[in-house]
Amino acid sequence: MFEPVLLKNIDVPDGHLLATYEAGGGYQALAKALREHTPDEVVELVKQSNLRGRGGAGFPTGMKWGFVPKRGDKPKYLCCNADEGEPGTFKDRIIMERDPHQLVEGLAVSAYAIGAETAYVYVRGEYVKAIRRLEQAIAEAREKGYLGDGVLGSDFNFTIHIHCGAGAYICGEETAMLESLEGKRAQPRLKPPFPAVAGLYASPTVINNVETLACVPHIVMRGPHWFRAIGPDKSPGPKLYCVSGQVKKPGLYELPMGIPLRELVEDHAGGPLPGRGIKAVIPGGVSAPIIPRDGLDVGMDFDSLAAAGSMLGSAGVIVVDDSTCMVKVATRIIEFFHHESCGKCTPCREGLNWAVKVLRRIEAGEGAPGDLEQLDKLCKGIFGNTFCALGDGAAMGLRAALAHFRDEFAAHIDERRCPFH
Amino acid sequence: MSMREKIEEAAARYPDQRSAIMPALLIAQQEHGHLPGPVLEEVADILGVERIWVYELATFYTLFHTVPVGMFHLELCDNVSCMLCGSEALLKHLEEVLGIEKGSTTPDGLFTLSTVECLGACEMAPVMQVGDDYHGNLDVGRLDALLARLRAEAGQAPGDDIAAAAPPGE
Repeated sequence: MFEPVLLKNIDVPDGHLLATYEAGGGYQALAKALREHTPDEVVELVKQSNLRGRGGAGFPTGMKWGFVPKRGDKPKYLCCNADEGEPGTFKDRIIMERDPHQLVEGLAVSAYAIGAETAYVYVRGEYVKAIRRLEQAIAEAREKGYLGDGVLGSDFNFTIHIHCGAGAYICGEETAMLESLEGKRAQPRLKPPFPAVAGLYASPTVINNVETLACVPHIVMRGPHWFRAIGPDKSPGPKLYCVSGQVKKPGLYELPMGIPLRELVEDHAGGPLPGRGIKAVIPGGVSAPIIPRDGLDVGMDFDSLAAAGSMLGSAGVIVVDDSTCMVKVATRIIEFFHHESCGKCTPCREGLNWAVKVLRRIEAGEGAPGDLEQLDKLCKGIFGNTFCALGDGAAMGLRAALAHFRDEFAAHIDERRCPFH
Repeated sequence: MSMREKIEEAAARYPDQRSAIMPALLIAQQEHGHLPGPVLEEVADILGVERIWVYELATFYTLFHTVPVGMFHLELCDNVSCMLCGSEALLKHLEEVLGIEKGSTTPDGLFTLSTVECLGACEMAPVMQVGDDYHGNLDVGRLDALLARLRAEAGQAPGDDIAAAAPPGE
């Protein structure tokens, strides 16, 4: 039986308060790290755990930390990406609202490991409750000596600041987030240099997702082998899955990495609504290519989903049932990416604008012969040709919808109407 | 604390004043309801940064409003999960009962109706943000009850300065 660790306090009354967190063993990992380990040893533990970034890209966290130069006179920064904007994703909000100390402790242990004295948590501005809870948690932790000068009597000084976003999906892209933190429009930077070398204020910077940081104290307490024993060895650990859409029990589920998508949707989330069948599932936020119902046996981990032509992304699992028009879903997804394109590069800015126009006319029954080929061409023109992954995500999503549901798109054009209306 | 003091306190968190523009704009918007030109200039002057830097952020980020919004800003999510759970019908209903189209404000200044991208609360789709609060698992009945509650709150709010009235907190 899998024992949840990340969501352990989620349904506990007053789970957001320090007393509750401490009663469940909170901040012992920070004390242990400071007492028993050098910063390098903490980096090594995280490397051995095979923890991979939970924000979407799945990059090995320990390796990312290892890129931070050991010497140099510039301050190092830890940034937490809490700009959760990938449609279908709500895990970081729930951690921050109901168990914010888990993030605070994760930040402290991680900052100790990389040698940062300052962290900025970039929280999307809509998350007012999460921001308040996090502010309260930071104040409580400072009061108790878990933050501040000389954390728990050590020579480690650490301060956390919250930076509120203001409604731009692109800030989830790490270099756009750094631009935003520097007070600029959030447009991605050219890499290299990578943030570990020259990030915030051109200083060495590590950017980690909320869930990634929340895993770190558990790795310190229970050891890397415990973590690695959960799920596939190359993509291990407990994982938060956000299930939403046309499903009986939408919600946040903590289960091992790699569980079959079918088990997640049909068993844990209760399957489709009465009288309906599952048509397809988006496994990792709308950037992740949609999987038709016959592909649901895939494992929910980075490598299995990549092999199946999709991706784990943010694990925002959106269930689409057989009453829904796939052209409408695809249109809505591309409208989203078009709206959120930062405008920096042409393939994304113009290509998505064009794709939205074509999709809208197909859905309205005004599609023309050649429109699907036009969409194929647009996907080809966008994919791999944009500054950041926003354009890629849009193109991958549209390509998958066109590949798996081409008949449905064609029917809209042939019948000159949406067959679902 | 005055707006200037709040902004200066926020600015102390950063080694570079430019980083404080976003928090300063949020503070100024809470103070003024929206961000007209003179407020943007005041923010630039308090921080001692270029005015263009302030203008470009106020117009890039969607949570900043350079034009007035109603006392209650109804921000209905219509992204995929909410759409699959019926947000379209809710939008239609809101447009009907408020007598306005999305993107506009009722003549009495009470409600601005907008659709927004994913609010990150898909487990309670369809969801709408009003001020600081999320309202989830919405249907037409719950929406009507919410509107009635907001109207009642507005009736109790002192003063007529709608643009300056802050939305209610939790």
